[in-house]
Amino acid sequence: MSEVKNILLVGVGGQGTILASKILTTGLMKAGYDVKMSEVHGMSQRGGSVSTQVRFGEKVYSPIVGKGSADVIVAFEKMEALRYLDYLKQGGKMVVNDFEINPLPVNVGAAEYPEGILEELSSKCDVLSFKAGEVAKELGNPKAMNVVLLGALVKALGGLDDIDWDAEVEANVKPKFAELNKKAFHAGYEL
Amino acid sequence: MKVIMSGNEAIARGAYEGGARFASAYPGTPSTEILENMPQYGEAVYSEWAPNEKVAAEAAIGASIAGARSFCAMKHVGMNVAADPIYTFAYTGVTGGFVMVVADDPGQHSSQNEQDNRNQAKAARLLMLEPSDSQEAHDFMKKAFALSEKMDMPVLMHVTTRVCHSKGIVELGEREEAEVPDYEPKIQKYVTVPANAKKLRATLETRIAAAREFACDCEFNRVEMGDTKIGVITSGVSYQYARETFGDDASYLKLGLTFPFPNKLVEDFCSKVDKVYIVEEMDPYIEEQVKILGIECTGKDVVPRFDELNTDIVRKAFFNEVPETYTTDKQVVARPPALCAGCPHRGLFYVLAKKAKKQSIMMTGDIGCYTLGSAAPLNAIHTCICMGASLSQGHGASIALRNAGKDTKVVSILGDSTFFHTGVNSLMDAAYNKGSNLNIILDNRITGMTGHQQNPGTGFTLMGQEASEVDIPALCKAIGIKEENIKVVNPNHLDEVEAAMDELLPKDEPTVLITRWPCVLKKFSQQDIDEFPTLHKTQCKIDQDKCKNCKVCVKTTGCPGLINSKDQVVIDTTSCNGCTVCKQVCPFDAIEEVTL
Repeated sequence: MSEVKNILLVGVGGQGTILASKILTTGLMKAGYDVKMSEVHGMSQRGGSVSTQVRFGEKVYSPIVGKGSADVIVAFEKMEALRYLDYLKQGGKMVVNDFEINPLPVNVGAAEYPEGILEELSSKCDVLSFKAGEVAKELGNPKAMNVVLLGALVKALGGLDDIDWDAEVEANVKPKFAELNKKAFHAGYEL
Repeated sequence: MKVIMSGNEAIARGAYEGGARFASAYPGTPSTEILENMPQYGEAVYSEWAPNEKVAAEAAIGASIAGARSFCAMKHVGMNVAADPIYTFAYTGVTGGFVMVVADDPGQHSSQNEQDNRNQAKAARLLMLEPSDSQEAHDFMKKAFALSEKMDMPVLMHVTTRVCHSKGIVELGEREEAEVPDYEPKIQKYVTVPANAKKLRATLETRIAAAREFACDCEFNRVEMGDTKIGVITSGVSYQYARETFGDDASYLKLGLTFPFPNKLVEDFCSKVDKVYIVEEMDPYIEEQVKILGIECTGKDVVPRFDELNTDIVRKAFFNEVPETYTTDKQVVARPPALCAGCPHRGLFYVLAKKAKKQSIMMTGDIGCYTLGSAAPLNAIHTCICMGASLSQGHGASIALRNAGKDTKVVSILGDSTFFHTGVNSLMDAAYNKGSNLNIILDNRITGMTGHQQNPGTGFTLMGQEASEVDIPALCKAIGIKEENIKVVNPNHLDEVEAAMDELLPKDEPTVLITRWPCVLKKFSQQDIDEFPTLHKTQCKIDQDKCKNCKVCVKTTGCPGLINSKDQVVIDTTSCNGCTVCKQVCPFDAIEEVTL
């Protein structure tokens, strides 16, 4: 059995992990891979921690990424990277959006947002961190942050340059946002 | 054509291709997107949201009796609501093929319990299919209608969260039309007076025997022979985890049709392997059947009986292997879900929590976003058991406390959709039997938690047509609640909410408080815009010169739109919806409302 690649996209409900994983999975399918993706809907969307799991290869059975098996983890929020650290494969890569969203216990003063997350992650594994919202803002709209992160993810995975990502981005966003998102993808890829 | 589809999208597509003509459901995670995906097939398949699962099942049963292929869909606990019709429909059998799609939630991602409804297929005697991925969800659903007709049995399509919400590649097909025959009454088949029902009970055994024979040699149950030292029997998504755990070093009996249980097929498979392993989520449904056949096997003695499975868990169960992982000593803060910024429930809960500091109040709650009112800092929901229960529990509690001489008041809280689901009956109980609870109906103009589905109070249908709207105050009055005991308020106006509570709470008779303001995440209709003109037109802003950094706003409202740091509180302009609850609770008048 050829190797199956595992990807985790983690963040906070409403951050746009779903669009990024949709573009990714359709691109992979067209390139001839078997693809499975899993996400959980419902109550977790109300500001909770969310994860989208993508697996691809010649033949994929389970839709779920196991602990210690993610080739790449893309964290849309910094603390979520730390929460899912145990899913990273030995030698795997972390792509981290340097951005904080206070969870409810921090906001009401019952807990403190942990400090030094990026340093902690960097001391353990290969980390690429940047402010994706600001990259997107420079391109014209901070909301394209998710596609910037997607570009960085595709780069981190490697070996997926034959896929026409521009076409996939275009097919999955409104026409008026197509140019912006294509630029966002490339900006993320070049980081 | 190949497309990527979730299991729910694939079920909808399979129903269309299988010739369905009627579909009904009440939304519930993880099943909701099945019906949400039906309107795109609207010319061929009529689809609707029903007020509850029992109604959805009965409507689909009616369509089947009329001769049309039909289905209903629900989350696992919805099947309890729909149990009454389906247990007897199993006796009568079908005319048009009938499928009940039931989505279990192992691991309780978004549910109040974790029940294994495969047991209900056995108890009700329904032909059960268990797909393991999106392609099978599509294929099984498509074939289920003809199978139901052939066996004269309703089909229970049993899926789980990881089948519903996982996506995979699906090869699509064409629709197969099934004509609706001219109507002919079949009184002995469908009128289950005891004289008929006793005969139907006997013929049901004949139908089950025929279906069991079919199950032993059908496309739904598949043998994959590999190494014969280990034989794995599995069904649903557990097959995927088993396949990854044992690879080609085992043989598999992958079951897709699991009631009636294919005894002969199982016996035959087990005779060809040295050891039998059973991999299944939740209850030992397969394992018990295998053991009844006198076959030794390993299953729940190593595989967990609750929570969902995954490859890691199956690997640990059978090989005691644990993956190597990175670890950290840093503490990660939990991120529990919270009521959204601008949620119209917050104002109501704020006032209720304030009242509960001054007097003893029992707060019975229900199923919906507002269950989050139970969390700190509001702590204003004390129970959550099942749909509609808040009002009936509150009624029972109010009588019990009153008769025991306690001065605890009872407040019951549920949403508009939950009120229509089964809350109406509960309120009728309070009115009829002279309870004394305050019944609060949070009318946010939509079914919120499942992602904004229309309901009988919103004025629109699933297929996007305008519809009649339930008049909630008039309905409460018609049920028997006195007109002077029914109040409608804007929940964002705390004074208004408090005045209404002050008036209703002391009364020794059932009262109703209706809050009317739309869910902030809702796509507003023209009617909403006309009725609530300030929607999304204002935001709140903190005047940092006046702010004393006392944190009362964050600590009493728990609003996620208030960003709290040591030095100051600021309002997040991307999430504030201008509900003004923070402005009203600020002791220093430091928050202002600004028009956008």
